[in-house]
Amino acid sequence: MMNQDHVLHASQDDEMESLVLHDDNGNGNGNGNDSSGNIQQPSQSPKSPFNSFLDPPSYAEAIFTSFDSNGHDQTLEQSSRSGTGSGSGSESDCMQISVSDPQEEQELTNSLVPGGSSYHTYLITTRTGKSEVGVRRRFREVVTLSERLSEAYRGYVIPVRPEKSSVERKVMQKEEFVEQRRVALEKYLRKLVSHPVIGKSEELRLFLEVQGKLPLMRTTDVASRMLDGAVKLPRQLFGSESVAVDLNDVTQPARSGRDLLRIFKELKQSVTNDWGAAKPLVVEEDREFMDKKDKLMEFEQQLSNVSQQAESLVKFQQDMGETMGELGLAFVKLTKFESEEAEFESQRVRAADMRNVATAAVKASRLYRELNTQTIKHLDKLHEYLGTMLAINNAFSDRSSALLTVQTLSSELASLHSRIEKLEVAASRIFGGDKTRMRKIEELKEAVRVTESAKICADREYERIKENNRSELERIDKERQSDFQNMLRGFVVNQAGYAEKMAAVWEKLAEETSTYSSNNS
Amino acid sequence: MNSSQRSSSGASLSPRSPSSSQPFLSVSVSDPVKLGNGVQAYISYRVITKTNFPEYQGPEKIVIRRYSDFVWLRDRLFEKYKGIFIPPIPEKSAVEKFRFSAEFIEMRRQALDVFVNRIASHHELRQSEDLRTFLQAEEETMERLRSHETGIFKKPSDLMQIFKDVQSKVSDVVLGKEKPVEESDAEYEKLKRYIFELENHLAEAQKHAYRLVKRHRELGQSLSDFGKAVKLLGASEGNALGKAFSELGMKSEILSVKLQKEAQELLMSFEEPLKDYVRAVQSIKATIAERANAFRRQCELAETMKLKEINLDKLMLIRSDKVAEAEREYHELKAESEQATKTFETIVKLMNEEIGRFQEQKTLDMGIAFHEFAKGQARLANGIADAWRSLLPKLEACSSSQ
Repeated sequence: MMNQDHVLHASQDDEMESLVLHDDNGNGNGNGNDSSGNIQQPSQSPKSPFNSFLDPPSYAEAIFTSFDSNGHDQTLEQSSRSGTGSGSGSESDCMQISVSDPQEEQELTNSLVPGGSSYHTYLITTRTGKSEVGVRRRFREVVTLSERLSEAYRGYVIPVRPEKSSVERKVMQKEEFVEQRRVALEKYLRKLVSHPVIGKSEELRLFLEVQGKLPLMRTTDVASRMLDGAVKLPRQLFGSESVAVDLNDVTQPARSGRDLLRIFKELKQSVTNDWGAAKPLVVEEDREFMDKKDKLMEFEQQLSNVSQQAESLVKFQQDMGETMGELGLAFVKLTKFESEEAEFESQRVRAADMRNVATAAVKASRLYRELNTQTIKHLDKLHEYLGTMLAINNAFSDRSSALLTVQTLSSELASLHSRIEKLEVAASRIFGGDKTRMRKIEELKEAVRVTESAKICADREYERIKENNRSELERIDKERQSDFQNMLRGFVVNQAGYAEKMAAVWEKLAEETSTYSSNNS
Repeated sequence: MNSSQRSSSGASLSPRSPSSSQPFLSVSVSDPVKLGNGVQAYISYRVITKTNFPEYQGPEKIVIRRYSDFVWLRDRLFEKYKGIFIPPIPEKSAVEKFRFSAEFIEMRRQALDVFVNRIASHHELRQSEDLRTFLQAEEETMERLRSHETGIFKKPSDLMQIFKDVQSKVSDVVLGKEKPVEESDAEYEKLKRYIFELENHLAEAQKHAYRLVKRHRELGQSLSDFGKAVKLLGASEGNALGKAFSELGMKSEILSVKLQKEAQELLMSFEEPLKDYVRAVQSIKATIAERANAFRRQCELAETMKLKEINLDKLMLIRSDKVAEAEREYHELKAESEQATKTFETIVKLMNEEIGRFQEQKTLDMGIAFHEFAKGQARLANGIADAWRSLLPKLEACSSSQ
């Protein structure tokens, strides 16, 4: 995420800048620059932005008409999209989320050690039509929400939650870090809310509405202890006595702790898959999917590249603005110097010229800074989509693990069947039956039945996830198209508009110094 | 600023358009050619002189000169015309020499052209014999003169020492430490302070101007990289959006070129004049040092003369036979002292004239530089606005085809 802070630094040089502009305002300059000398937030941008010598309609106008009074591009505003397609819809569809008012609270512990640790809570306000709900949440609860959503909505492209980022936490100032987190949380929740499926989820609703402690378990993997014997499915695969299979487990990927044995099995299977030693029992991914995945990977790489270059561009744009400002200041000082005790008329003339140069340079410098702030906003879309790519990768891994489960169960079935066969062959050779072996065969047949139902579940789950993947990719693709269109347009309009304004500044200076032009000798 | 204020000398400031009845001297420095190999490499310039001065050979003369010849000329003028602000020459630059880029060569040529023309338009300097030699002599003669002089002349380090002395003396006076061998002219002190401070201010402006050039180059490079990356993204996107990206990428690359071009313009038309201004101020500092020397010499000789006078009177009193010798020495010294006084007073008079001329000239020079700066930046900004604007209809087309 691009750091906007480095654009908005205030320096004591602004005092000198304002010296220049104060005198200039007396000329009735219609640039509308705030003469307070403070760094401008884009929202305070020129109230009357048009110089009389800009031909209307110019693209400078185009910029400012597309901004609402806050100076933000309407198309960039993240008021939630209600489902896919056309906007508005019913009032209840439109949820506005804001995260505010971070407060520090103390950790309640019963420990004897004094001085507990503290954490921050954030006020999360949900506005739906006319009604409003506010809850206080801490970051840990956000993590819980995100984990539960991942479990419940496999295959969906779920927005990635903000990082825990413990390194940044140590390095940054507390207020800075808290503010950064607040912004990130707001963005995250807004994205969740605008997702056509997740936005309507129960987990999210609980998070946003229920006061007090979040009524969601941290994860279904409650007892992640090595010794936990509650390994239901894997025990089946282990081949010991039959236990009722919790089919829900089949619909979850293997996790650490209690699913250890399952992990081992699936690992073995994935190795088998990789080495191609045994033919996979389920047809490998469909061609179309593999192609799409490759394309997405390629796209992600290019996107990452562009994003990097965009950051550089912003940096160099800012450098330009800074140097221009410093040049302006140097000329302000020169102007003062030459004006004080000027001995010759030519000195006074030169001082006046230098003042004009200083004014132009300082104005241009501000324009660069404003331009940059806007550029950051537009190009931030690129960063956002890198986050989306991450979410897509998660959705793809849901699919892979589901497939792996299916394949593992297939292998198991195959191996069970072959063991039964072997036993039956051996047993048939013994006249009168082989009690031990017969019992074994019965056990195995029971295992087969159980495994078969598990496999049916796994198959269903896999198909479901595949369909989620597909519909999500389609949805995201459409959104991305329109998002990027807007981004491009915004970026270009921005650049054009500010270039126009800068041209006006320099043309004025050219006019002021036109007596020196070679045409005028 | 009307034209009568532009030049205090009678010479035309546009040396290319002389009138036949008026005396004129017009010079151009052109056609840089790289000669020699490796470390010995140097640039030679063609110097064309057009004149109707009687002392000069013919209406037109072309000679070949190199950088050190210009240095020779400057050093000679500095020695001969104390009190006059000798136009500055571009720095020696040991590093760039090896690279000898096209831009560097052009900048140097331009600076040398300005240098010679300033001399040619100065009412006193243009009459210099050394100038005549420089403009007319055969290459072998120049070579001889050039190598002959380097041994005798002050090395830059000596000049630096003088600057430091003057600087410390100025600050001494400012701090109130009176040293008897200094002028006590309040106006002059003011001027000295002004010159020293001016150099600082100008150096800062020049520094930022140079950085601005760099920023243009950097931003240009960045736009180019950005454009390439965007084009690749467009290619992997395919469809109408991909096309939009490609267009954006191409525009970025176009703008990158514009920025690089403007960077060079900025360097030549804005940063170089500022640098030139700084050099001019440094040249004035050298003149200030010369004046201090002349003043000291005048005082020393006056002192010595007094002592000699006292001694002579003593000898006369005792009717010594050394009287004749002493009398002779005394008269010699008196002549020297009068000469030193005359030298000093000339310097003072010249400086007073020069300073007014200098201020006027600089206002004009900077005015032109500012104008070019403004034009260049306006040109760049308009180019950028046009380029982006032309992209918008294409973007609309891409999105409507969705």
